[in-house]
Amino acid sequence: MRFEYAPAPESRSVVTLRDSYGLFIGGQFVSGSSVFKTISPATEEVLAEVTQAGPEDVDRAVAAARHAYERTWSVMGGRERGKYLFRIARLIQERSRELAVLETLDNGKPIRESRDVDIPLAAAHFFYHAGWADKLSYAGFGPSPRPLGVAGQVIPWNFPLLMLAWKIAPALACGNTVVLKPAETTPLTALLFAEICQQAELPPGVVNIVTGDGATGHALVAHPGIDKVAFTGSTEVGKEIARICAVSGQRVTLELGGKAANIVFDDAPLDQAVEGIINGIFFNQGHVCCAGSRLLVQESVADELLTALKRRMERLRLGDPLDKNTDVGAVNSQAQLERIEAFAATGAEEGAERWSARCPLPDRGFWFPPTVFTGVSQAHRIAQEEIFGPVLSVLTFRTPDEAIVKANNTPYGLSAGVWSEKGSLILSMASRLRAGVVWANTFNRFDPASPFGGYKESGFGREGGRHGLEAYLDIHGTSVLGGSDV
Amino acid sequence: MSELTVASEAGRIAVRKTYKLYIGGAFPRSESGRSYMVSDYSGGFLANAALASRKDARDAVVAARKAFPGWSGATAYNRGQVLYRVAELLEGRRAQFATEVRMATGASPARAATEVDAAIDRWVWYAGWADKIAQVRGSANPVAGPYFNFSVPEPCGVVAVLAPQDSALLGLVSVIAPAVVSGNTCVVVASERRPLPAVTLAEVLATSDVPGGVVNVLTGAVAEISPWLASHMDVNAIDVTGAPGALADDMAVAAAGNLKRVVRLPAGDWEAEPGIERMTSYLETKTVWHPLGN
Repeated sequence: MRFEYAPAPESRSVVTLRDSYGLFIGGQFVSGSSVFKTISPATEEVLAEVTQAGPEDVDRAVAAARHAYERTWSVMGGRERGKYLFRIARLIQERSRELAVLETLDNGKPIRESRDVDIPLAAAHFFYHAGWADKLSYAGFGPSPRPLGVAGQVIPWNFPLLMLAWKIAPALACGNTVVLKPAETTPLTALLFAEICQQAELPPGVVNIVTGDGATGHALVAHPGIDKVAFTGSTEVGKEIARICAVSGQRVTLELGGKAANIVFDDAPLDQAVEGIINGIFFNQGHVCCAGSRLLVQESVADELLTALKRRMERLRLGDPLDKNTDVGAVNSQAQLERIEAFAATGAEEGAERWSARCPLPDRGFWFPPTVFTGVSQAHRIAQEEIFGPVLSVLTFRTPDEAIVKANNTPYGLSAGVWSEKGSLILSMASRLRAGVVWANTFNRFDPASPFGGYKESGFGREGGRHGLEAYLDIHGTSVLGGSDV
Repeated sequence: MSELTVASEAGRIAVRKTYKLYIGGAFPRSESGRSYMVSDYSGGFLANAALASRKDARDAVVAARKAFPGWSGATAYNRGQVLYRVAELLEGRRAQFATEVRMATGASPARAATEVDAAIDRWVWYAGWADKIAQVRGSANPVAGPYFNFSVPEPCGVVAVLAPQDSALLGLVSVIAPAVVSGNTCVVVASERRPLPAVTLAEVLATSDVPGGVVNVLTGAVAEISPWLASHMDVNAIDVTGAPGALADDMAVAAAGNLKRVVRLPAGDWEAEPGIERMTSYLETKTVWHPLGN
């Protein structure tokens, strides 16, 4: 049985796009050396022209951030800094529909997600950190923790505004100024955020936004005027940044890839587990570093679960991201689509069995149907490497020990899921999984008060909560108990 | 001949000790069959220590990895008692360590005794941290939804420690204890020119209740051994304290190969209270969510 839905598109009229966007440096939009276009991945229409920041533009941005750090932001009281962050949180809330539509246009994610997840969480992140700004001496990092200086921040395209919030809010709360580079394919909400900084009358130079590709990112993280590097993205680039910072001595936090195991025991409530699996791998088209991309299901319920999972996958609605009924939107770029297609081909070549939901794909834009591979072995590339798309690899296990060994058999360690009705089993699994976030009987939940980040090659440092402040504070020579400082 | 070997009345030929490696709870020679001469502060012969090889380093990592589940799975109370036990046994060997420190550094007897006492006290200090660090670093997180959410610190895994070159006992203890107290296991490269206190400390560890493999001690050339540890894909963190500046840079770059946590803390005064940064450098934070409801 199929349910037909009438289209229910969210109006684009709430967004006014400019033809061309400059760089946001020193509180003003300024022109740069060259431009590139950003498109809607759902339709391939050009949305706007954006400036490619060259090394000299990055120089200017870093200088503006340094000036603002020394003259304004680091000497301003925490209470005043906090008030600016509260303002920003409120402005994001006020302009939330506009931001949500713009995010969906530029990224391809369903409006339901940008409206209900990305933008509210971004506002919450600023609100949460605003309150820290004048309470840092109580955060457990010594009696008077100092900011680091200028932070160079590079963020990915999967949650553009939310990742911006994760980077900028703690940096500013701790008294740092920032130069942030949004992803090449999703610069628009960061540029709208620049307008929000203007509306908030944030002192010029405290936040600087430089758009561009990987070359811009490299110029930023390798810039000698940067005191702190924060990066969210691929493990491959993360390692390169770690090498740069190893020599430069800059502080660095990295939030990188993942290959999370989502483990379903035979006593789990299977209907809830199916919803969790769907949310785990098809949320945001699987463009999620902590996606539950490996399903480990106990052998005795594997058939039942997979039948229910496929039935549910057939009900996923793929299409116009602006439609309020859409579950699965567009893949963010042609390059990412090709990467997903290559992995899917590899999975089949290596002997796993592919099944995709039968959903019509739009003619224009970049699309990939929700897909599940069964008969996957641990040696398969689709069980080892991060696909970053709506592709689930299914493995089975018999005992908790086997599940742990398989779940931990990866260089990554970002997240994991456990589904069971047995509390003691959940807690023992949670403590044995080598992952920074464990979702038990839920998946893909985020909150500004909840530390997020990975073990092993998923990166270092945490974002969110009290723990996340450490990344933006100079804590050398201090300790909780005062230590050698006292 | 040094005082290490003549600690007996005139006329008696002393029984010398063979200084070997400490790997997986055993004291093997280097698999390479190599050794190097260790001199005292004035250049006199002290002993031939094992010159550890790449294979020894890898064997030590395997031993450390094997010991990790048991040690990290032990209760914090248990680990605290084990560390305290190390202090107890060190206390019984104060004179021996004071002599070794004195021969290594040329320190006065009083100065050497002070260093040994500080090293013992350091084990006691860290022993007390074992069951407190989780409360200091963990949290319950007030998320905006019907979820129970908490964060706990966990050990990051196998740690490579390049021990300080100058402070052969207190410095050594000050870099080992913060790694193992929270459940990590480690491979230590001892001070190159002053390795003997490290080997003797290994004897203490072997006869205390520290499980084999939790601490592994290599002696030899730092520049030769450490690159294999820094680039080892089954090592999770590295403390480069004992590497000279340029080598420390190289180690940090090599460590990026599997994103090891790199500990490069400012060289401080080993006698000062350590603070918790070295300990927390080897901790991961794990956050667990569970829904609330019926």
